[in-house]
Amino acid sequence: MIPELGNFALYIAFALSILLSIFPAIGVRQNNARLMAMAPNLSIGLFVFTLFSFSCLVYAFLTDDFTVVNVAQNSNSALPNQYKFAASFGSHEGSFLLWLLMQSGWLFAVAIMSKGLPVDMRTRILTVLGWVCVGFYAYIIISSNPFERTLPYFPVDGRDLNPLLQDIGMIIHPPLLYMGYVGLSVSFAFAIAALLSGNLDSTWAKWSRPWTAAAWAFLTLGITVGSWWAYSELGWGGWWFWDPVENASFMPWLVATALLHSLAVSEKRNAFKSWTVFLAIAAFSLSLLGTFLVRSGVIVSVHAFASDPERGIFILILLALVIGGSLLLYSLRAGNIKSFGKFSIFSRESMLWGNNVLLIAATMVVLMGTLLPLVHKEIGLGTISIGEPFFNQMFTYLIVPFALLLGIAPLVRWKQDKLNNFVTKPVVVIISSVVLTLLWLKVEFNDINLLAALGTCLAVWVVLFTLLELKQTSKKVSLFKLPLSHYSMSLGHIGLAFVIAGVALTSQYSVERDVKMNTGDSAELRGYQFTFDKIKNIEGPNYDGWAAVISVTKQDKPVATMLAEKRFYPVQRNTMTEAAIDDGFFRDIYISLGERLPDGAWALRLYVKPYVRWIWLGGIIVAFAGGLTLFDRRYRNKNVAKVTAQ
Amino acid sequence: MNPRRKKRLFIIAASISFLGAATGLMLYGLSQNIDLFYTPSEILQGKDLGNGKIGAKPQIGQRLRIGGMVVEGSVVRSEHNLDVSFRLTDTGPEVTVKYTGILPDLFREGQGIVAQGILISADTIEATEVLAKHDEEYMPPELAEKMKGIKHVKPEY
Repeated sequence: MIPELGNFALYIAFALSILLSIFPAIGVRQNNARLMAMAPNLSIGLFVFTLFSFSCLVYAFLTDDFTVVNVAQNSNSALPNQYKFAASFGSHEGSFLLWLLMQSGWLFAVAIMSKGLPVDMRTRILTVLGWVCVGFYAYIIISSNPFERTLPYFPVDGRDLNPLLQDIGMIIHPPLLYMGYVGLSVSFAFAIAALLSGNLDSTWAKWSRPWTAAAWAFLTLGITVGSWWAYSELGWGGWWFWDPVENASFMPWLVATALLHSLAVSEKRNAFKSWTVFLAIAAFSLSLLGTFLVRSGVIVSVHAFASDPERGIFILILLALVIGGSLLLYSLRAGNIKSFGKFSIFSRESMLWGNNVLLIAATMVVLMGTLLPLVHKEIGLGTISIGEPFFNQMFTYLIVPFALLLGIAPLVRWKQDKLNNFVTKPVVVIISSVVLTLLWLKVEFNDINLLAALGTCLAVWVVLFTLLELKQTSKKVSLFKLPLSHYSMSLGHIGLAFVIAGVALTSQYSVERDVKMNTGDSAELRGYQFTFDKIKNIEGPNYDGWAAVISVTKQDKPVATMLAEKRFYPVQRNTMTEAAIDDGFFRDIYISLGERLPDGAWALRLYVKPYVRWIWLGGIIVAFAGGLTLFDRRYRNKNVAKVTAQ
Repeated sequence: MNPRRKKRLFIIAASISFLGAATGLMLYGLSQNIDLFYTPSEILQGKDLGNGKIGAKPQIGQRLRIGGMVVEGSVVRSEHNLDVSFRLTDTGPEVTVKYTGILPDLFREGQGIVAQGILISADTIEATEVLAKHDEEYMPPELAEKMKGIKHVKPEY
């Protein structure tokens, strides 16, 4: 009964999305206030029914309703409750319902928080989101209904959730990532609405900015959590694999980052406007492209859902409609957009232009590396794979100019600045960065690796310049009166510096060793002594297995006692490695238990990974900085209303 | 030319030259990092290009990916360290894979796997990475397609 209600609610939500996409649009056309007023109410209804539908699915999972195909395939009565909840979005169908919940949630948020916008603009934005919803709801109803039944021959128990997904990461990573993905549809809707109205002034950028920042912050956090999860769960000690699905989330992030910076120029300087609109379209298109890649099964990936060509084709059509339609509109209207802000070659604007060019180049690299194997195969040249070295090499090239620009840009004035002002400072900063870096690496590792030094140096450069900029600003404005968005910028840049330093140090100074050990054996790695104390049986709620107890000492002082597990999940007949991690601000010790060898010894892989936490710490700081923008006084509702009234 | 146009021209020229340089670097990077996928019979007999033509065999020293089923009883481990060797097959011919380190959880005899490595002799590969997927029914899609000519589908029940 409950699943049918959920299904029914989904149909109602679909119907509401159709209404939302038609009537308010007619209202705008005919200037009919009553029709336009339907938009917010329909949006709220859409959200309520989707929330209800999603709750029904969660209920079916929590109560082990194995008459529902989705539950039978992805859950099990022995599964702990929190993972039953996570299993509700562990499958393709369930995750798409979560996607819709997020989509309607954003719609709801826009409906209730955009009261300050002019009525026609607000209606247009909601209508565009309504169009997007029609596509998605049609998709789930036609090809991926999560409420299908197994009746009359339902199984007694379910096939269980993939053991890899039974982790806290599964509960938080998909919702955060989807919030970000789907949130980009709001920036898209703002851009399309502005194109439709033909009214693209700097107030438009002001309205769009907090929404873009919010979506971007979620996306940042989602990607960061995903990276941390892969690290702790997959047991290879890696934190980024350039897997097509990771790339699918990284591309929209890169473009959204460019968009965020370009919006700043549009808002403050009334320049870059048609480019900003283009970026908003591109960011959402890439998030759709990512969905297509992940869910159609056209590419080989560790994340792939069970593939189904029909689903792929549907998303492809949706993608074609969104990209084709919006680019057509763009080409018709963009010619009318006039950017009034003039600027010289050396100015903040041109620095931000550099930021955009580099970010787009990075997107191109990722896009190329992700799609080339697909193209290569389709045109009959055979199956290929593009290795991690390609991406790593390209990003090393790109990050150097990017970080150098990023350091200076906040100090450069809008419109025009003198190049002469920027001779002494960079020289002083670069010398101090190099000295600091060399000292740091010498003390910490007693060995200077060139690439690590380069990365660390860039990170120090960014931090020093950010602090310098704050100091300089404090001469003009008290730091207490500085707008939050300024702090958001400084903090975001410092967060990125943490990421750069973390990536550079951990990728160059990590050490690993595969060893064969019997109980009592010891092995040494970078000054740490690993002793294999014993092996014991473990029993979990839905698995059993072995745990190796390993004590780690450094110079005879105990550091940690670690449990590296090998779990066996009987329902799926899956074996899984649960790595032991001793985390620290400066280094992680990471042990994964391999297989038991024929002579009774065990294969173990030991890692020492310096500064790996900095990557996620940096990611969290960046996301937090993005969130901070929302609380800037400029973007509060009241002020938006004032601007509109002017 | 008025200054506004001049500036525009400068920006456009800078963008294009930057993109050109970026594309050049990217293509160079790509040419170094593309790994072709082979099955064991393709390594020994060359790729079947359709209509009776046979492509070139991979060269010794080439980086490549191989996918195949682990031959029953072919896994040999060293007594002293983590060296392991096994043979892969698809439709008959067998290729030996040598590897040092921990094999993935789902590595079993009879299971489909993908290995990345370097061809060190006509029928031996030194692998740097061995992949098996977390699914009992799994066969690497690249392999399933080549072996059966059909796409692998998850079993219904």
